[in-house]
Amino acid sequence: MDPRKLVRELVSRYGPDRGRLIQILQEVQKEYRYLPRESLEEVSKELGVSLPEVLNVATFYHQFRLEPVGKYIAYVCFGTACYLKGSADVYEAMRRAAGLNDGRSTTEDRTLTIEKARCFGCCSLAPVVMVVSSDGTERYVHGRLTPSEARRLVSTYRSRALRSGGVGVASG
Amino acid sequence: MLQDSLRRFIYGSKGFRIRIPIASCSLAAGAGEVYQAALKAVDRLGIDAEVYRVGCTGLCFMDPWVEIAKEGLPPAIYANVKPDQVATIIERYVSGDLSGAVAVRFKQGGERIPSLDELDFWRLQVRFVSRNCGLVDPESIEDYIASGGYQGLRKALSMRRDEVIETIKRSGLRGRGGAGFPTWFKWRVAYEQESDVKYVICNGDEGDPGAFMNRLLAESDPHRVLEGLIIAGYAIGATKGFIFVRAEKPLMADRLEKAVEDARKAGFLGKGILGTNFDFDVEVYRSAGAFVCGEETALIAAIEGRSRPRQRPPYPATSGLWGKPTVINNVETLAHVATIFQVGVEEFTKLGTEKSKGTKMFCVTGSVNRTGVYEVPIGTKIKTLVFDIAGGPPEGRKVKAVQVGGPSGGCIPIELADLELDYESLQSYGAIMGSGGLVVIDDGNCMVDVAKFFTGFTLAESCGKCLPCRVGMKVLSEILEKITSGQGTLEDLDLAQELGESIAKTGLCALGGTAPNPVLSTLRYYKHEYIEHVLNKRCPAKVCPKLVNYYIDPNLCRGCTQCAKVCPVGAISGSPGKVHTVNTEVCVKCGQCFSICPFGAVKKV
Repeated sequence: MDPRKLVRELVSRYGPDRGRLIQILQEVQKEYRYLPRESLEEVSKELGVSLPEVLNVATFYHQFRLEPVGKYIAYVCFGTACYLKGSADVYEAMRRAAGLNDGRSTTEDRTLTIEKARCFGCCSLAPVVMVVSSDGTERYVHGRLTPSEARRLVSTYRSRALRSGGVGVASG
Repeated sequence: MLQDSLRRFIYGSKGFRIRIPIASCSLAAGAGEVYQAALKAVDRLGIDAEVYRVGCTGLCFMDPWVEIAKEGLPPAIYANVKPDQVATIIERYVSGDLSGAVAVRFKQGGERIPSLDELDFWRLQVRFVSRNCGLVDPESIEDYIASGGYQGLRKALSMRRDEVIETIKRSGLRGRGGAGFPTWFKWRVAYEQESDVKYVICNGDEGDPGAFMNRLLAESDPHRVLEGLIIAGYAIGATKGFIFVRAEKPLMADRLEKAVEDARKAGFLGKGILGTNFDFDVEVYRSAGAFVCGEETALIAAIEGRSRPRQRPPYPATSGLWGKPTVINNVETLAHVATIFQVGVEEFTKLGTEKSKGTKMFCVTGSVNRTGVYEVPIGTKIKTLVFDIAGGPPEGRKVKAVQVGGPSGGCIPIELADLELDYESLQSYGAIMGSGGLVVIDDGNCMVDVAKFFTGFTLAESCGKCLPCRVGMKVLSEILEKITSGQGTLEDLDLAQELGESIAKTGLCALGGTAPNPVLSTLRYYKHEYIEHVLNKRCPAKVCPKLVNYYIDPNLCRGCTQCAKVCPVGAISGSPGKVHTVNTEVCVKCGQCFSICPFGAVKKV
């Protein structure tokens, strides 16, 4: 569906209420896995909130992303317990294995996105990596990881993404 | 819970119940697969038993666990169960063979397996708010009611609003989410406001890394939190309540939503609750997630569709959500409210210290053998929690400090382990109770690195509204970066101290004002570690990458070539089967050789 049309539908469902801004953005992201530019412009128009203010909210909260993501998203937990048990090494090992050497977080072929995350509250399993499919249907938690196990996760999920034929392309 | 009602929960209506905790943490450890395996096993073995979903007991180190209880046999608890073991465990148990169980819930006869009450991690707890966790099905309102649930609400509704507030005042309950502000005081202020609309909000944001007691409590016994919120709503005269939960904690939000629906059907929410003229309803709000939302004015901003905290006063109790009087209480605080009204103020006040009554749930993580969530009376000694309950550090490790209170808290040296965990004593030693996250730090961790970690966290989470936090934390983090790369000077230590103190004095919100605490407290107790980094360019714990050198132990190296292959700069030389060496001139200290070596031959110096 056209992002603008989706926004108009959401606004008519929730009402043109500024207090629904975050909920509407959550719904848009559920559909596209990120917030396409047109959707933000439409939200601004429909709710009568300036575009900079919409962008302010969209960039302030961690849940929102402004760029398309990979088929799988690997969240490396950077909570205190995970950090003390080596999550920084796990993160670096995964980025290297995925060939993410510059500031990017998504692989060229859009099979995998690697990001730091805040505490999942699974501290007994530290260090933890949670992998979710970008459509939200799959969710896996890997605990007590070493850097070499983490490297293997990268190849596992990248090949799984290719096998399932899908990459995390934003539709629409 | 009474002994016979406890028995009813343990054995169930069929007299044979297999209980498996299903919560985010146990699911991560594989409880979902164990649950499926148990269903299959019961079916295959033709046993007439219920496979029963319960919440989490907080004994994370045992996850996933299974408790089997058949009338005539003591309920046996099995830890770290794998799906393929489930059938055998059940079969053996039915035949009376309890081998493999780590504990029995209570003894029936002369079992040799210890009962939970004989084990320190259970015996030393006082499970006041967590009494139902791991016992009841969190998605069953019937279970909650059978455990005495909603009796507290009935009692509160039979009292005048000011009497309800007076009851909480008598209990001495203080907020369990951070600063320990007296709960009744907020209620009283909001109660006294003249306003047609008032709100109560349950703060379930819980953003501190290393703290997950609220998630555990809300996932395991959601009705208790809801009941507390309804009582708070009644006390101040609110018509609407919100439960604020992060979207990234979906199970917590789902279970709270289910609880709200079921409570509405049962007449605990809606119009004319329990035949009174009190109208009240609750909405679960899924936050898009930002650490600062734990701060009450930022939390209100999020519900209003905005961002960032604002100056106080006015306090939310006079002007909060959409400008209306609003009370914000933490998840654990509200669970306490419900429990106090259920079992009576005296049960609560007999626990704790003179100034701080009751119990507190602590998440103990990091360098301990028994990671978990433990509820203990306020005033319990740090050493009791870290060593007796959580089992101390893994073998070969020495505890150095405990970090209490997350990014707003501080480190307490283990030499002070006799210190009692209460609001005032923690504060006087430079930490805070916060939400009750307690991370145990051992000799393998660098205190400067720990300070850098928290500074990096707060810097990333700073909302950017005011200068002391936005710029001050940036400069503080640059100083720490300089020190951990061996570029620091002694003047930098003074600057860090001075800057930290200024940020603490000038930060607008609670988070900005407490952001430098991890730096200030490590400077207070571990200045020698900072000085070692500055003067001798050494990281004593061998953590800071730029101050560590790698070498290969010739006695352990087998010449497998894996390190040479993984080295990105060709700093490792050696041929297959021969001892390899690292050229420290070329080495960029990425540590890949260290992590890949299968023989532990790569060493840090």
